[in-house]
Amino acid sequence: MGKRVVVDPVTRIEGHLRVEAMLDDKGVVKDAISSGTMWRGIEVILQGRDPRDAWAFVERICGVCTTVHALASVRAVENAVGIKVPANADIVRNIMFLTQYVQDHVIHFYHLHALDWVDVVSALKANPGATATLAQKVSPSWPTASPGYFSDIQSTVKKFVESGQLGIFQNAYWGHPAYKLPPEANLMAVAHYLEALQWQKEIIKIHTVFGGKNPHPNYLVGGVPVSFNLNGDNAINMERLNLVHDLIKGAAAVVEQLYLPDLLAIASFYPEWTKIGGGLGNFMSYGDVPQNGIGDPTKFRIPRGVVLNKNLADVLPIDHADSNQIREEVAHSWYSYPADVKALHPWDGITQPNYTGPKPPYQTLDENGAYSWVKSPRWKGHAMEVGPLSRMLVGFASGRTDYKEVVTEALGKLKVGPEALFSTLGRTAARGLETRLAVKWLADEYDKLIANLKAGDTSTANTAQWEPSSWPADCKGFGAEEAPRGALGHWIHIKDKKIFNYQIVVPSTWNASPKDNAGQKGAYEAALLGTPMADSAKPLELLRTIHSFDPCLACATHVLSPEGDELAKVVVR
Amino acid sequence: MEVLQRRPSTYDILRIHGVDRRSFLKFCTQSAAAIGLSAALVPKVVEAMEKKPRIPVIWLHGLECTCCSESFIRSSHPIAQDIVLNLISLDYDDTLQAAAGFQVEEIRKKVMKEYKGEYILAVEGNAPTNDGGVYCTIGGESFLNILKETAKDCKAIVAWGSCASNGCVQAAKPNPTGAKPVYKLISDKPVINVPGCPPIAEVMTGVLTYILTFGELPELDRQGRPKMFYAQRIHDKCYRRPFFDAGQFVEAWDDEGAKKGWCLYKMGCRGPTTFNSCSTVKWNCGVSFPIQSGHGCIGCSEEGFWDNGPFYQRLSNIPVPGIESTPDSIGKTLTVLSGAGIAAHLVSVAARKGVRGLTSKPEPVSSSDAAVKQPEE
Repeated sequence: MGKRVVVDPVTRIEGHLRVEAMLDDKGVVKDAISSGTMWRGIEVILQGRDPRDAWAFVERICGVCTTVHALASVRAVENAVGIKVPANADIVRNIMFLTQYVQDHVIHFYHLHALDWVDVVSALKANPGATATLAQKVSPSWPTASPGYFSDIQSTVKKFVESGQLGIFQNAYWGHPAYKLPPEANLMAVAHYLEALQWQKEIIKIHTVFGGKNPHPNYLVGGVPVSFNLNGDNAINMERLNLVHDLIKGAAAVVEQLYLPDLLAIASFYPEWTKIGGGLGNFMSYGDVPQNGIGDPTKFRIPRGVVLNKNLADVLPIDHADSNQIREEVAHSWYSYPADVKALHPWDGITQPNYTGPKPPYQTLDENGAYSWVKSPRWKGHAMEVGPLSRMLVGFASGRTDYKEVVTEALGKLKVGPEALFSTLGRTAARGLETRLAVKWLADEYDKLIANLKAGDTSTANTAQWEPSSWPADCKGFGAEEAPRGALGHWIHIKDKKIFNYQIVVPSTWNASPKDNAGQKGAYEAALLGTPMADSAKPLELLRTIHSFDPCLACATHVLSPEGDELAKVVVR
Repeated sequence: MEVLQRRPSTYDILRIHGVDRRSFLKFCTQSAAAIGLSAALVPKVVEAMEKKPRIPVIWLHGLECTCCSESFIRSSHPIAQDIVLNLISLDYDDTLQAAAGFQVEEIRKKVMKEYKGEYILAVEGNAPTNDGGVYCTIGGESFLNILKETAKDCKAIVAWGSCASNGCVQAAKPNPTGAKPVYKLISDKPVINVPGCPPIAEVMTGVLTYILTFGELPELDRQGRPKMFYAQRIHDKCYRRPFFDAGQFVEAWDDEGAKKGWCLYKMGCRGPTTFNSCSTVKWNCGVSFPIQSGHGCIGCSEEGFWDNGPFYQRLSNIPVPGIESTPDSIGKTLTVLSGAGIAAHLVSVAARKGVRGLTSKPEPVSSSDAAVKQPEE
């Protein structure tokens, strides 16, 4: 008889996630469920409000992936009403979008994921001189790599540990047999954890320039709120542009000289994790970074498409308006549908909360009943994985040379074949590889902006349909986006200038989804199968795979609204 | 107090980190400057940092979006790393914690026991109160119960952001989960409200370092907000204020007024009714703030701001220029008086400028419109 391991809270993620894993006699996961344990009701709150305000409400779904919901929302309203934004607005949005990618991915790697691979306490045993040699070999151009520097970092860690107040590092899994890095690599990673923490507050200043603050910069239906006035002192001028340009250059250095080398160095010590955590094998990307307006997905820098059953020979198209493609099910979620309804497209979405879980405090959930506040979205009935790995595979399978180059180079350095991508480590590596693409695109978008300004185009907003009086009486739209954590869609129905219905299907809803009508598992659940655990009381291995998805549960469990219905009374059993 | 003295002070920690006295004094001076203290008070900061242990902090997350944590780690002075490694002992925080699952809950219980009456409870997000709190559970327990349990033996509560301070987005109508801010749930502990969605990073670190340095809460206003950061309206210190006074307004996005940085009042700016430091401290190391980047303030630190929309509808009840008031005195009378005030201001500006169109009456205002509200008693 195996064991049931409960991890709740899953930490180093956004939001509230619970995982229950059933182990066999050998300590290998044979079944797993993931449960979102928070629900806020934002879509209900949106009903009846001005659609131009929606971006601000939905942006607050998540402060870690700040900006992403705001962008999807303005796109949805513009799609519904028929607004085309100026070229500069698309570029500024792209720059903010790619800034979010870079910042989010670096933070994820160092501050949310690294401690799954890096043993902080082991760093105390490192030889600072040997660490410097290692660092200079791994990344010859990164400046902070002297023996004295690592010696200082080590003494900081040492004194911190000796103080007895371990703060966020206490009670963790230090010394766990699944940690494989030598002390020097651990010390180098700890130093870079601190450096990345300092740097992340710099890169987001790009959001501050264009959106006034971060987290939660401002967006605008019809364009962007900033104006360009190159000879003015009160809008975006040369000083502001220089700041953005410098931050982009700094980001490229961090990604190329810190993040990527660390990622590959750490990965090289964990070859077994290229065989664990593969999961569903179905991958979806909505695509993004438009080059010819959001209406032309063929010109996206991040391509759109679906790869099924790991078949890289075929990329299938996606239609967000087709009611037979993206549909949500609630077989194992704490919601109810009308008796004859099994799945609904977001434009027709109904959400009737119906809590049938155990009364808190509880010990375990029942995998045969409903067990999550997350719904089960499916594409043509298939459970899908979304996120960096999906984008890499769709880009690779679409024959894009930029994607092929970064993937091939990394596989070569790690001396593994393409099959290694279908794994926990593949997912983590894909995030780093696309960050390389993102910093390059960031510089390209900046150059495009300068070229437009040089040509005399300073327009940032299309205000022709700003006033709701210019809108159709009844219209529907969607905003598709490829957020850092994966495919994100907002669907809006506007009636009499107000929001009639608003539905959001987010990346972590796809990945954290519970089982569906047919019993198909969600991406987390599928990826945990077959994971070996050395010690069932220390769920380090489970965390590695769950963190490789970069979960965001505030996003996954926002909520869906009935069309004007009152929320059902929750039944507590 | 004996228990306290056995624990290392900030100075002890810095000293064993190899920081010399000179650098320590410099650090104290910078910390004092960061929280707006004059040089004369530096010795007091030094004394406090020498004697105080690192205060244990339990940082709970309820219904929220983690924007407060994200803001916190963007602090430029002091930087988050200094706070977490040197100033506080961040013993529990789901977002950054290395451990997970029961090991984390163990830590919470341990701190509550060992530091009874001494630890700071930082709360990000708020608690759903409908249906037994099932809309947010952690480790199988409702957040509502966890909050109450953890608050019981804390020294004080820091309510981060608008969720914890006044409800924020999930408490906007119709508030489907019955989300309530901390002060409505905990009545027997001091609660310091640090509103904003999120609060400015240096405001957050300023509040924490003040508590650590002086061993007491900073001076609070009637809404429980630190006066040093929330005593003035954004409008009062806005660099675009002269354009308001001169009647020069942005009339449409990206128009000539926008390119010249004129006042955003007509685009719905909530600066005139929002108490926060955005126009003084600014955001992300002083780079900008919403108005400087061309978008009006949405009033994200004010109670009920989500229901004071639409955001792009201009306020008609804002204080009259030239009349000084504070959140303590402004009260409910603002609603009654200022509607007439702003109309009168526009009329007088229009008369001076001879501008047609500005004399039109402000839109009618519903009772829920953007008045400065008092917290519910």
